[in-house]
Amino acid sequence: MERIPILRMGKLLLVTIQVDMHDRLAMTLQDDLTSRIVKDGAKGVLIDISSLDVVDSFIGRMIGDTAAMARVLDAETVVVGMQPSVAITLVELGLALPGVRTALNVERGMALLTGTAPL
Amino acid sequence: MAGALCLLLNIDWGNCMQTLGGTRLARLFNERQSELLGDWVSQQYAITSRRGGVAEAQLRNQFVQFVDLVCAALGSSEQVDFNTPTWDEVRNFLAEVSDQRARLGFTPVETAMFVFSLKEPLFARLGAELAADPAPLAELTWTISKLFDAMGLYTTEVFQTSREQVIVRQQQELLELSTPVVQLWDGILALPLIGTLDSARTQVVMESLLQKIVETGAAIAIIDITGVPTVDTLVAQHLLKTVAAARLMGADCVISGIRPQIAQTIVHLGVNLQNVITKATLADAFIVALKRTGKSVLGAAPAAEAPGAPGPLRGNQFVGD
Repeated sequence: MERIPILRMGKLLLVTIQVDMHDRLAMTLQDDLTSRIVKDGAKGVLIDISSLDVVDSFIGRMIGDTAAMARVLDAETVVVGMQPSVAITLVELGLALPGVRTALNVERGMALLTGTAPL
Repeated sequence: MAGALCLLLNIDWGNCMQTLGGTRLARLFNERQSELLGDWVSQQYAITSRRGGVAEAQLRNQFVQFVDLVCAALGSSEQVDFNTPTWDEVRNFLAEVSDQRARLGFTPVETAMFVFSLKEPLFARLGAELAADPAPLAELTWTISKLFDAMGLYTTEVFQTSREQVIVRQQQELLELSTPVVQLWDGILALPLIGTLDSARTQVVMESLLQKIVETGAAIAIIDITGVPTVDTLVAQHLLKTVAAARLMGADCVISGIRPQIAQTIVHLGVNLQNVITKATLADAFIVALKRTGKSVLGAAPAAEAPGAPGPLRGNQFVGD
């Protein structure tokens, strides 16, 4: 079965979504990610959605939920690389993802998680 | 109606239309063209001279062309019906004239008068010619009236369409002109909004802002609403949407240029701007943005200041992180 790889970098987990998200894949990712956070004792999760062109309300909600779950498991989540069109779609859908931290690209997201952000 | 008249007059249908309609009218036009032209031009000139846009020579030219086309259309068909393909060339010509007049700023009435002002001289000639023959006169008058009404209405319709095109084009230009995104400093964008924010403009503003964030990698954007005349709940919602979209892209937003009345309106309407940084002026917002990006504004050392340098800002300098 198709899976989205979760890479580990020290205390951080890196998820890069590079295929079209469908609902099953999203649910699998949520399961995988939560188990990996517990197993690896991760303190931060970085979800790169720069290749994601299309989102629907389900995927939007799933991104928000995943971030909330990670926070419950004491791991900070940053969503990075959102396309302008995706951002507009999410806002129009009323999913502004409150409480999820965002960054323009992986580099800035990483800086945010490791606490070296200039911001 | 025309059929009944023909029966009354004991004339067969085809013949009736031919004599009363097309050919006879065509002949009238041909014979009396110069007289009609004189009357018509004097009427038209009274209207158009106020505009100063159309020269008399051009008017004469247009009239001759118009009468030629009408004659050709009248001669080529037995029935006088403006909606048939026979009249295509007349329609094209009228469309051209209306379009030209719409662009020159004529009113719809003045444009339609191009056609209608021919009615009066035409009826006068017709009355004189058929004074002894009331039945064909009435029939012919009715035919001409119908034809000229159709042509007049057509010019008005084209006029309206041309004006609408102009309006649509101007709206488009306004939309493009009024949504600039400027880079104030490295990593700081400013979005000076001018005019009312409706859904269509919000969409354009949002798209251009997000695109610019991607291009410049900006971390903070200042939305300046000094030029927005009123902020109601809908405008506030559009602003908050833009802020939310920018945040999803990893850029923070500061809203600046809030006038006292707008602050009052926002609170009275119960709009929640708690989660957004708001500043009274663009300058304040710029300082916040500089701080966020790790830069600050310092006064220059006294030695570096030229003697008598005017203005407090002249001696200031930016210090990077």
